Amino acid sequence: MPADLTPAVPALTIAGLRKSFGSNEVLKGIDLTVAPGEVIAIIGKSGSGKSTLLRCVNGLETFQHGTLEVDGQALAQDNAAAMRALRQRVGMIFQSFNLFPHLTVGKNIMLAPGLVRKLPADVLLERARRLLERVGLAEKFDAYPDQLSGGQQQRVAIARALAMEPMMLLCDEITSALDPELVGEVLAVVEALAKEGMTLLMVTHEMNFARKVSDRVIFMHQGRVHEQGPPERLFADPQTAELRQFLSSLQ
Amino acid sequence: MVEFTLWDILRNLLFAARWTVLLSLIAFVGGSLVGLLLLIARLSTHQLLGRAVAAYVQLFQGTPLLMQLFLAYFGMAMLGAQTSVWTAATLALTLYSSAFLTEIWHGCVLSISRGQWEAGQALALGFIEQLRHIILPQAGRIAVAPTVGFLVQVVKGTALTSVIGFVELTKAGTMITNATFKPFVVYSSVALLYFLICYPISAYARSLERKLDAR
Repeated sequence: MPADLTPAVPALTIAGLRKSFGSNEVLKGIDLTVAPGEVIAIIGKSGSGKSTLLRCVNGLETFQHGTLEVDGQALAQDNAAAMRALRQRVGMIFQSFNLFPHLTVGKNIMLAPGLVRKLPADVLLERARRLLERVGLAEKFDAYPDQLSGGQQQRVAIARALAMEPMMLLCDEITSALDPELVGEVLAVVEALAKEGMTLLMVTHEMNFARKVSDRVIFMHQGRVHEQGPPERLFADPQTAELRQFLSSLQ
Repeated sequence: MVEFTLWDILRNLLFAARWTVLLSLIAFVGGSLVGLLLLIARLSTHQLLGRAVAAYVQLFQGTPLLMQLFLAYFGMAMLGAQTSVWTAATLALTLYSSAFLTEIWHGCVLSISRGQWEAGQALALGFIEQLRHIILPQAGRIAVAPTVGFLVQVVKGTALTSVIGFVELTKAGTMITNATFKPFVVYSSVALLYFLICYPISAYARSLERKLDAR
């Protein structure tokens, strides 16, 4: 397991992170260290703060207390240039895909590397084609998002995130909006990424997938990391009543 | 006494209609430019700026255009500026249009899902890049029909500039009436000319709406 290698610089270090929406505190002090290449599955009831935690990592949500470091770089919420640098390192995939409907699949993928990295057109084109091939959609380069199935759209979204060459991917319930028969094709892409050593932080309801792919499962409850551990132990032998109850509610 | 034929009346009105069209275009183009800047200010994360724009919009939507024209005309004179009716009319109409266009466009931008902004943010795009490449192209499609529709309001709004002495279609109509004593013929012609300017615009707005809905 990658966590045992104790690398010099963790991919992600979160310490004492607290986040409130108004008077409602949704994250009540999160401490978490993620090693490079580690695959983390975050599970828990809705409202437990798991999506909010994920969104804090790339600054889609601001937090009030605590620190967050990506690859040794502290997240500076008020520094636009620093946030831009951070977001190039951390990709995100959303539950609702959020592809740009007015752009073709190819342009969806090429937009950000072109604007942010200022890559020349031929490099962009080559990269977009290569990534589309990797997610199995080479022939969809000129299609518009609304011509694709949900599973295909989500695979394009993965290719779009990868085009920025991130060191870490955040996956926010990426199969929850999909018809059951389309879930597999998306998870297969994510599994391949995990095998290639991508650092993954995924909020998921797919327990079988979490068990199969993740190195560590984190159970969140009421804004805290309630229990964590390797999937085989966590699922087989939950230590807390809350996790036991959560797991049995899924049966 | 000189007899005025219908052609004399129409010819003179047509000459004046040029200024109605020109004034409308200036107000519309000027209003669009100012309106776009106001839109960006309103969408920015700067709270005070956003509230200032909202107040600006309320001010122009909550007062008659006629008062705005008076204030521009007499207010500029009071400030010691050399005011012509041209400057006063274009200034007032530009500001008036900018307030309404900002409001229309703001609604269109709000109709784009937050996920589109977030996808742009997550891909490290800056605010202006998100706006230019992701939000405005989508909001623009929705905005075309109401924007063109508003142009019709601007054309009719220019009639009010006759009150501060700007010689456009309506003012020319009044002047010709005073010379010909044929108010019904003259004002019918004036109305017809307004209709001939406005109808194609609203017809175009409708066809655009249909075309964009179809895609």
